[in-house]
Amino acid sequence: MAWFRREQTSLPRGQQESRVPEGLYVKCDSCKELIYRKDLAENLQVCPKCSFHFRISARERLDLLCDPGWEEFDRGLVSTDPLQFKDTKPYAGRLKDSKAKTDALDAVMTAAGAVSSLPVVVAAMEYGFIGGSMGVVVGEKVTRAVERALESRHPLIVVSCSGGARMMEGTLSLMQMAKISAALARLHEARIPFLSLMTDPTTGGVTASYAMLGDLNLAEPGALIGFAGPRVIEQTIRQKLPEGFQRSEFLLQHGMIDLVVDRRELKETVARCLRLLG
Amino acid sequence: MAADGDFEAPLRDLEKRIEELAAYPGDAAKEAEAARLRRELDQQRRAVFSKLTPWQKTKVARHPDRPYTLDYVEALFTEFTEVHGDRRFADDPALVCGFAFYKGRPVAVVGHQKGRDTKQKIYRNFGMPKPEGYRKALRVMQLAAKFGRPIVTFVDTPGAYPGLDAEERGQAEAIAVNLREMAPLPVPIIVNVTGEGGSGGALAIAVGDRVNMLEHSVYSVISPEGCASILWRDAGRAEQAADAMKITADHLKGFGIVDEIVPEPPGGANVDPEAQFRSLDRVLEAQLAELSAVPTASLADSRYEKFRRMGRLGQEFKDVPSA
Ligand SMILES: [Zn+2]
Repeated sequence: MAWFRREQTSLPRGQQESRVPEGLYVKCDSCKELIYRKDLAENLQVCPKCSFHFRISARERLDLLCDPGWEEFDRGLVSTDPLQFKDTKPYAGRLKDSKAKTDALDAVMTAAGAVSSLPVVVAAMEYGFIGGSMGVVVGEKVTRAVERALESRHPLIVVSCSGGARMMEGTLSLMQMAKISAALARLHEARIPFLSLMTDPTTGGVTASYAMLGDLNLAEPGALIGFAGPRVIEQTIRQKLPEGFQRSEFLLQHGMIDLVVDRRELKETVARCLRLLG
Repeated sequence: MAADGDFEAPLRDLEKRIEELAAYPGDAAKEAEAARLRRELDQQRRAVFSKLTPWQKTKVARHPDRPYTLDYVEALFTEFTEVHGDRRFADDPALVCGFAFYKGRPVAVVGHQKGRDTKQKIYRNFGMPKPEGYRKALRVMQLAAKFGRPIVTFVDTPGAYPGLDAEERGQAEAIAVNLREMAPLPVPIIVNVTGEGGSGGALAIAVGDRVNMLEHSVYSVISPEGCASILWRDAGRAEQAADAMKITADHLKGFGIVDEIVPEPPGGANVDPEAQFRSLDRVLEAQLAELSAVPTASLADSRYEKFRRMGRLGQEFKDVPSA
């Protein structure tokens, strides 16, 4: 019956790619095969044919990673649009649209829960909310998650999925990098484990702050991970980038991440890392 | 030149007329005329520079005659000893680091360095550091902590270098580690945004106890051109983007991001560098004295609180529990 109910699909074009569209069958972005929708869901939104990892929402991520019963905290934090920002349309309108089309009030959900019975604090970013961009609310919620991990002495897991700092909150967004990193310095000092998982995409100010600061840095296969975006780099060096540049496997090879983890083995791997470190 | 860049045109006219007068042997009438023009120039400079738009400030902040880190070092410090290299890969000329004396007191100095002529610009990579630059800066700041030396940084960069090699060597990781490691350093850190505060590449040496901005400098999450090309899909909308992002010192002071605005001479730091050095010197001297009185143990805590408050409940965000 699920496939009759198609009226809720309001994702704008740009953010739709690699999210699973509605319908009985899904065409894989990578191998172009038609996959039965139910099979894809049962396979954690990973293509059964080629293992392409479809992007998932923050809630799906928390469900996938945590045991049942995780509890979201700080859900009510919302931006006041401190710059009264407007480009081709007002930022206030973008906020409203994003709230309507996602299950979040800003680009991250933070929760207390457990991974295979090991208590954790988790932050999962929501790409559907203005490209997962980090403004004041993301900064505050992630910082509070770090502080909660410090207080409870439970390990911290942050799942990044973000185009970087949010332009519509200007330099305030930039400062969130320093704010979160300062909190992570305290976590580091307190010797509480911090696992960072980077998913497609993780770029800009998110990569250049908490995403790269994990005690262990993990990544899903094929994820775009970098500081500058590929287009900016191409413009700077005036040449085409090599195949696979800034993908998880490239970063593994260059010593920037510890593990590339298939989503179907993610929970088990995270639990093992927690047992090994915590 | 675009209309928005022409704000200095009347000033240039006056400058030219003063120069022309000076080229001729003067009689009393000419001298009087020259003096009158100089007064007029000064007045006009004050008028024009007291109401610069954010985009005009961006241009002033990027002015090639603006003092750079090594100019401040030469003017305000003695026995500067530059040190080099990150001990891992290379030395990065886009970020200069060293030790020097400030009014007889040993300090560490870290700052972006741009070049003036083409050769120097290329050598300094237009002030855009690579990972080895940030790692060198961290090494020097950790040395400063080891020997109890206050740190003074000068921020003036379009941004961290967005190149293939920088990505390969971990540009993001280098910046991230600096942010984490600067936060708890047990020595005073004074940050001075002297020109362009370009995003993460600026912030990587800007986690300090005091953050100062020169009156016409800018500090932003992305360049106005970059913002315009993404949000307006037109880099030509940079003027609007500069306006929308609130990148100037007065706005940033309002948000609690900047502590003190360092006055610039009429016409900007590029017109009268000596006056600029004196203006910054006053601020540095006072802040260094203030911070030296703070017990080491509480420095890191107040620095944490300072950045913790960037984004305040009830101001930049609110809590809607029923949502
Ligand atoms: Zn496939």
